[in-house]
Amino acid sequence: MPRLWKPGDAYIWISGLALMVTLVMIGGLLFLIATKGLGSMWPVDIGHYTLKDGSTYLGQLQSRELVRGASGVKNDSDFRVKLKIGNRDLYGLDFRWIDETDIASIDYPPEAVILERREWGNYHGYLKEIRKNGTVIPGTAPGAFGVFEDLIHDANKIYDEILKIEKGEIGDINYGIEKQRLKLRGLSMRGESNPAKESEIRLKIEEYETRYKISEAELGKLYTELIRNEVVMLSAAGDEKVMPLGKIVLAFRPNDMGFAQKAGFYVERFWGFISDDPREANTEGGIFPAIFGTVLMVLLMSIVVMPFGVIAALYLREYAKQGLMVRIVRICVNNLAGVPSIVFGVFGVGFFLYGIGGIIDSVFFKEALPNPTFGTGGILWASLTLALLTVPVVIVATEEGLASVPRNIREGSLALGATKFETTWKVVIPSALPAMLTGLILAIARATGEVAPLMITGVVKLAPDLPIDGHFPFLHLERKFMHLGFHIYDLGFQSPNAEAAKPMVFMTAFLLILIVIILNITAIIIRNRLRKKYATSAV
Amino acid sequence: MISGEAMQKQEFKAPPANGISPAPETRRSEKAKTVPDPLVEVENLSLFYGTKQALRNISMNIPRKKATAFIGPSGCGKSTLLRCFNRLNDLVDGCRIEGNISINRKSIFDPDVDITDLRKRVGMVFQKSNPFPKSIYENVAYGARISGINKKSVLDDLVEKNLKRAALWDEVSDRLNDSAMGLSGGQQQRLCIARAIAVEPDVLLMDEPCSALDPIATAKIEDLITELKENFTIVIVTHNMQQASRVSDYTAFMYIGDIVEFDATEKIFLNPAKKHTEDYVSGKFG
Repeated sequence: MPRLWKPGDAYIWISGLALMVTLVMIGGLLFLIATKGLGSMWPVDIGHYTLKDGSTYLGQLQSRELVRGASGVKNDSDFRVKLKIGNRDLYGLDFRWIDETDIASIDYPPEAVILERREWGNYHGYLKEIRKNGTVIPGTAPGAFGVFEDLIHDANKIYDEILKIEKGEIGDINYGIEKQRLKLRGLSMRGESNPAKESEIRLKIEEYETRYKISEAELGKLYTELIRNEVVMLSAAGDEKVMPLGKIVLAFRPNDMGFAQKAGFYVERFWGFISDDPREANTEGGIFPAIFGTVLMVLLMSIVVMPFGVIAALYLREYAKQGLMVRIVRICVNNLAGVPSIVFGVFGVGFFLYGIGGIIDSVFFKEALPNPTFGTGGILWASLTLALLTVPVVIVATEEGLASVPRNIREGSLALGATKFETTWKVVIPSALPAMLTGLILAIARATGEVAPLMITGVVKLAPDLPIDGHFPFLHLERKFMHLGFHIYDLGFQSPNAEAAKPMVFMTAFLLILIVIILNITAIIIRNRLRKKYATSAV
Repeated sequence: MISGEAMQKQEFKAPPANGISPAPETRRSEKAKTVPDPLVEVENLSLFYGTKQALRNISMNIPRKKATAFIGPSGCGKSTLLRCFNRLNDLVDGCRIEGNISINRKSIFDPDVDITDLRKRVGMVFQKSNPFPKSIYENVAYGARISGINKKSVLDDLVEKNLKRAALWDEVSDRLNDSAMGLSGGQQQRLCIARAIAVEPDVLLMDEPCSALDPIATAKIEDLITELKENFTIVIVTHNMQQASRVSDYTAFMYIGDIVEFDATEKIFLNPAKKHTEDYVSGKFG
């Protein structure tokens, strides 16, 4: 044994082992999240299960596991399967465990249909008939499914139009009315009596209201259009269900699809997941607002944290007299990085929301009070809180970068008659830029994954509007927003239908990691460019 | 913002009015031999790092448009003395100077002396080449740019002229916008010389400019020094006795913060007045 220790081989092996364990853990984590998340979108074949007790289900096989029965004997027949049976409105649950011994038969009829609905989750069944403009097309007729798909497509178009009117036109009207109302309120609050102006405002409000009536009528027409056509479906047990086509997002027959078709369907679904708004308490649909909110928040944070961190580090390293005071400040900065993030969150609530936000509200948004504008959680406060959280990281990294700029390069600049400021600005900062970007990378990685402080400074489960839209000033910093990290928490642990949301949790986690990686790779590419440009290693 | 220089200025103790302060030791330096047309005059210069004395009451005159070499064993204060001429020692915490240095009969420690202006008149080349992490062009143009010259045609001429004076133009004229970090060690050092002379200084200080270079690069720099002394007053610190004898007109032998002997180079190497100097230049110690 001593002979083994002496050459240090054992140390090398131990450190190598530790590295390998770490890599395996990271790889395993990524693999698990990627497979569970990405796999969940694949259109699995749907089986018609007939059980020995005579009940039947149309379900997609989700998983298979050993039953830990009382016998403890490992037997081939001791497996059970988890089926996604859909039809929550019929069965109450989307999922069902079935012992394999209970299954009498399984077959995969090509005409089995899965419907994605706007309510109640998926529907698994067979097409019985389509009621189009009063005429009835039987489900068994040739081409009936094609007609069905076309009708769904048309209905979706109408639905999109409704959304457009609701979010666009009616959104504008509401925005306008609110603005006029606040003006009116402002007038009365200031105690000014200006009848001419008041009547002018009231006239404008009336104008908006007539516009609203027009839109409302249009909407009513579209809504009746949306539910005019209907489809009658049969469940596995033969129960009929009549559904208006407007309630259906899409229909597909997985058993009838080839691999290429399935792949196409998969890509489409994946894109939908990234680009759509969430549905049904976030358990269905996409996560676009969460992606958007996360990226915007990180960008805002970067914009704030970089100048502050870099300037603070510059002062500490280049200008401050190195002594006890600077040492204390440095220790404090380092300790700040270790403060639990929720503490920063609480500080953010107290300082930003109630403090600064309250002041802003009482000065600029008096009319809207007691409704807070900036005095409540919003993307600006969340970003600032995260900037506080990550500023120590930037300071430490920048300081290291500044310290590593060779002394002789500074002296070279000074010896040419440059002032200290010119030397710092023209030689030291460019040389330390890569290190500053390293700080930014670390800050981004930390900020993207942070949830706790955001929950109390502006993240919500469902934000009605994105923080950027077409209304002046386009970037609405006071708005609440959605965030991928919080989305994971909400889906996985606050959802009424946790089982159905599970794949979404993995998908969201996968996307969150992907965003961190993309942001980091971007910063790394920039850093490497700069490194090449400002390489300081002489000779 | 507190400028570091401003802070260091406060630390710097102005010399007494008579320019002469009592030396802690009674041992006097070899009084500078009268040199013709002195540009730099050093009078009773003592320098302390904290309590440690690095230069002991040095007086010497450095002649105009000649090359003067400082030789001596490591740690004898050659570089420290050199760095007094452009007040680069001001940057060192706890550095205190007594005595006086005049350039063109004007004390460089006068309160009305602008330190950046002084450093533009007293250029410096360092032991380890230190090009800025910028392009070759920007390195040479650096001094002009901080003086506020940004006109492209002026800068172009300046860069070309000085790269030619530093005998580097032929090697880099086709890649002026490449990073200076891609040059070889000798090229980098010549670039640093070009950068220093582009400011048109009166004095060019060289702190062991060849110590990190191979013999061929060293020979090139030595040729360059010989050419440059037509136009500039050069002060060079070197460990290499042959180099001192090849490039310099005057040589000062320093030992533990003191100038032991200062005279024409030939005299120092062939017929030194002191035994100590003879021992050193003949390699008996050091």
